[in-house]
Amino acid sequence: MVRHLIEPMDLSCEEVDGLLDLADDIIARPQAYAHKCDGKKIATLFFEPSTRTRLSFEAAMLELGGSVLGFASADSSSATKGESIADTIRVVQCYADICAMRHPKEGAAKVASLYSNIPVINAGDGGHQHPTQTLTDLLTIRRLKGKIEDLTVGLCGDLKFGRTVHSLIKALTRYPHIRFVLISPQELRVPDYIREILEKEDIPFVEAERLEEVIEQLDVLYMTRVQRERFFNEEDYVRLRDSYILDMPKMELAKKDMIVLHPLPRVNEIDTEVDKDPRACYFKQVLFGKYARMALILKLLEVE
Amino acid sequence: MLNVDSLEKGVVIDHIAAGKSMEIYKFLRLDKLDCSVAIIKNVRSKKSGRKDIIKIEDKIDLDLDVLGFIDPNITVNIIAGGNIIEKKHLTLPQMVTNVVQCKNPRCVTSAERSLPHIFKLVDGTKATYRCIYCEQEYSANTK
Repeated sequence: MVRHLIEPMDLSCEEVDGLLDLADDIIARPQAYAHKCDGKKIATLFFEPSTRTRLSFEAAMLELGGSVLGFASADSSSATKGESIADTIRVVQCYADICAMRHPKEGAAKVASLYSNIPVINAGDGGHQHPTQTLTDLLTIRRLKGKIEDLTVGLCGDLKFGRTVHSLIKALTRYPHIRFVLISPQELRVPDYIREILEKEDIPFVEAERLEEVIEQLDVLYMTRVQRERFFNEEDYVRLRDSYILDMPKMELAKKDMIVLHPLPRVNEIDTEVDKDPRACYFKQVLFGKYARMALILKLLEVE
Repeated sequence: MLNVDSLEKGVVIDHIAAGKSMEIYKFLRLDKLDCSVAIIKNVRSKKSGRKDIIKIEDKIDLDLDVLGFIDPNITVNIIAGGNIIEKKHLTLPQMVTNVVQCKNPRCVTSAERSLPHIFKLVDGTKATYRCIYCEQEYSANTK
C-alpha cells in the first residue's frame, strides 16, 4: 500500500524515531546515500510559492541521486485552466515516483492522496498542516539536545494561527516529560483544542505573556512571528510587541545551553544580533530540514 | 385524522421532528426507489406535540445510518408480515458523505466543487465530526 504523509500524526512515534535515526545516519554517511534514488523523480507541485520548502525537497532528492520536476506557482500549472487536484495528481503520477505538494487550500494534499498511486507529501496546505516542518523540528531538537524528553519547551509569538506550533506541540506530547511554556498575547493564545489535548494527557504547561519573565526556564525556545494585523488594537500591539522580539538582553537571561529555533522566514522577531550567539540554531534547523526530508523520501519510496 | 394504510412489509421511520421529513427523504434518496413511499407531516404526537413519519413499502434493506447523524430521537421499525420484526437503534455513523457541507472557507471543498463533503466521527459521546480534508469540526444533533 502506498504511504503518504499528510499530517504529522500519520506516522507513529516509532516511525518518527526511525526516520530521525535514518536522518542521523545520512548526516554521518552522506556518501552511502548519494545514489539511493538513482532514476527516481520527485514532483514538487507548488500551487503557492514557498522557496525554502521547495528547495529543501529538491535538494533532498538531488542528494539522494534522484531528479526533480514540477512547478513553483499556480500560474505555471494547469490549475489556472481549472484542472482539479485529482486530475493533476493522476497526470503527475505518470511522470514521477513521489510528490510534494504545497497548496493554499486546507486538505488539498489529502485530496491528492486519495487519488494518487505514488506517495504524496504535504508540503503545507494553507494554515492547516506542515508535517515535514515538524519532522525538521524534532530532528533539530534531538540532534542539538541529544534527546526528545525531559525538556522545557517554550513556544513564543503567534500560537493561535501558527500551524507549525500546533503540529509541534501535538508531536511532542508523545515523548516523556515534556513541559510547555506558551508565550503569547491573550489574543494569540493556543486554540482550545490544543489546551484540551495537554490537559487530557496531563502534560504540564503554563501560559505567559512576557518572554523575559519565563525565558530562564527554557531548554528550547521556538520563536514565531507576531503579525501586527493579528492584534485587535494598535495599543495592545505597541504594548506587547517588544515582548515577542528576541534580543540579546533577553538572551542574557536564558540558560547557557538553551537552543533557539524558528520555522523561518524571520521578519523582526529575532534581532540579527542574536544570530551570532551559539544558541541561535534556526539556520542549522534549515539544514536538518533537508536531512529529515531525505529520510522521509527514502521511507516513502521504500528504498533500502 | 388522515389514514395511511399499515404496511405488510417495509420500513416506518417515526418520531421525525415536524417539518424534517423532506430532508430525510432527500438524504435517504427515497426518490430513487420505485416502491411506494408515504410522507406524513405534522402528525399529532403525545411525546413531541407534532412529528413527521415516513413509510416505505416493500423495501427493508435501506442504509439508514445517516438518520443517527440527523436526529438520534428518530425511531425505525422494520415491518414484515404486518408485524414489527425489528426496532432499529440508531447509532452515529462513522462517516457521512454529502449530508452536510464544510463551512470552512479555506477548505479545499470550497475551491473544488466536485469533491464529496465527507465528515468522520471523532468523538461518539459528543457527536463530534470532522471534515476529512481540513478537520473543521461539526457537531451532529445540534440542529
